[in-house]
Amino acid sequence: MPEDPNQIDIDHVAHLARLELTDAEKNKFAAQLKDMLVYVAKLGEVDVTGVEPTAHAVPLTNVLRPDEARPSIDPALVLKNAPESARGLFIMPKIVE
Amino acid sequence: MSLHTQTIIELREQLRRGEVSAREVTQAVLDRIQAVDDRLKAYLWLNPDDALAQADAIDRGSKDQPLAGIPIAIKDVLNVIGQPCTCGSKILRGHTAVYDATVIRQLRAAGAVLLGRTNMDEFAMGSSTENSSWGVTRNPWDLERIPGGSSGGSAAAVAGHEAIAALGSDTGGSIRQPAALTSCVGLKPTYGLVSRFGLVAFASSLDQVGPFTKTVADAALLLGVLAGHDPLDSTSVPAPVPDYQEKLNAGVRGLRIGLPKEYFIPGMDREVEAAVRAAIGQLTRLGAEVVEISLPHTDYAVAVYYLIATAEASANLARFDGVRYGARVRGADVLETYAKTRGAGFGPEVKRRIILGTYALSAGYHDAYYLRAQKVRTLIRRDFEQAFQKCDVIVAPTTPTPAFKIGERVDDPLQMYLCDIFTISVNLAGNCGLSLPCGFTAQPKLPIGLQLIGPAFAEPTLLRVAQAYEQATPWHTERPAL
Repeated sequence: MPEDPNQIDIDHVAHLARLELTDAEKNKFAAQLKDMLVYVAKLGEVDVTGVEPTAHAVPLTNVLRPDEARPSIDPALVLKNAPESARGLFIMPKIVE
Repeated sequence: MSLHTQTIIELREQLRRGEVSAREVTQAVLDRIQAVDDRLKAYLWLNPDDALAQADAIDRGSKDQPLAGIPIAIKDVLNVIGQPCTCGSKILRGHTAVYDATVIRQLRAAGAVLLGRTNMDEFAMGSSTENSSWGVTRNPWDLERIPGGSSGGSAAAVAGHEAIAALGSDTGGSIRQPAALTSCVGLKPTYGLVSRFGLVAFASSLDQVGPFTKTVADAALLLGVLAGHDPLDSTSVPAPVPDYQEKLNAGVRGLRIGLPKEYFIPGMDREVEAAVRAAIGQLTRLGAEVVEISLPHTDYAVAVYYLIATAEASANLARFDGVRYGARVRGADVLETYAKTRGAGFGPEVKRRIILGTYALSAGYHDAYYLRAQKVRTLIRRDFEQAFQKCDVIVAPTTPTPAFKIGERVDDPLQMYLCDIFTISVNLAGNCGLSLPCGFTAQPKLPIGLQLIGPAFAEPTLLRVAQAYEQATPWHTERPAL
């Protein structure tokens, strides 16, 4: 394994995950992430030369269906679960300036 | 004999002969829940009036469907229209499902009565059900102990006779491990056999839906209802479903049982090992041939699993961002709204796994962690392919120890992850696996599970071996003193 687990930038990882953490959480998770990386470093012992990765357990690819309109879930029902909605739309904070 | 303690097959006969009504069976189970669930806490949500209305509808019909009038509990990760679906997480507090999962539609078509929602580790991440946002479920055999996880509520409900059967999901052992720790039969079907449409995704290349039952014959019956191709799930395999009853009683004579030497390890509980070895002796006396096999990459399985499962989870759980469902915590802008919503909504184990998965996929580390894990996954698959040239079914313990005490492993994630050491390889390889009762520890009396592992789509063989063992042993007839 290439890098030093002591150099984990927990703020960067939390930002990538869109996850706000408290300082206590940052300390705890950084330490636990380090422990996990030390543990999974054992995979470095395995000779994987020429081994193809397995992404999936079954050999199905390009599963397609006809591109036809069909009945779906009632939008009004879906919007009932939304934190904020109006006129059949989800409402979010403004994205563009 | 009280109705709630009976099996699907026993009740089905009485229902068909008109000796009992679906309403009486459902009421008996509801009464049982009323009597014991304040101690077990298996259920998160229950609607007795709705369950009885479903039963009444069955009573008005012919009752010739395979599960007509059978009350079944559902893990809180499967969508049932009009019912809450929170995945054990406060980020989905108040969420109501807007459609039925395919397995739920299959249960309805088969005449099942959908009882309610069972507790689980948040987003199915855990081995004890202690990671639920809604409290701890207790093991019916010892209320101080965990029922296993992540499908701990479903396991406790069946073991505590608060449901005739239940559905769970298994990503790394989440059906088999709680089944073992509570003395139920738990089956993780082959990847692709049962539809995952409507199952909230944790790790998409590993998740499968499967049954918890009191007997092997009930598992065969329920699997027959759940299995089959679903065009709504692109990972569902388009293959005919075999008749799981047909060879159920064919016995084990002539079958080769593989013993993986890597699954009998130091640190394993002595009584668990003794019970599993005694079960192997029993299978030999029933006519099976025992062969030693090797799964040489077993020691790497936990590391592979915790990289792949967390990487997939970090992507799958991106949808919980406070836009379309769940709680929202407003920030100054969109990014801050996402981060605050997720920071407030997810519990510690989910955050821990999102962090690990995000790290394993991030620029500079992807090849070293995620890609390497996927390559070792290939080697784990090959181990099984080679082993199944020598044997029909692999026999192993389901867990290294019996149920541990509530709180005992909460602060040690790695120790918690190592509970799954015997079950996760099965998901990585896409095999099928089943756990059934094979004894109890002496003091305290805690259940022990025997795990059977088969190649993809070998469920008929798995069930046949399980049935032969169950019929020759008394374990499935024992009940917890509640």
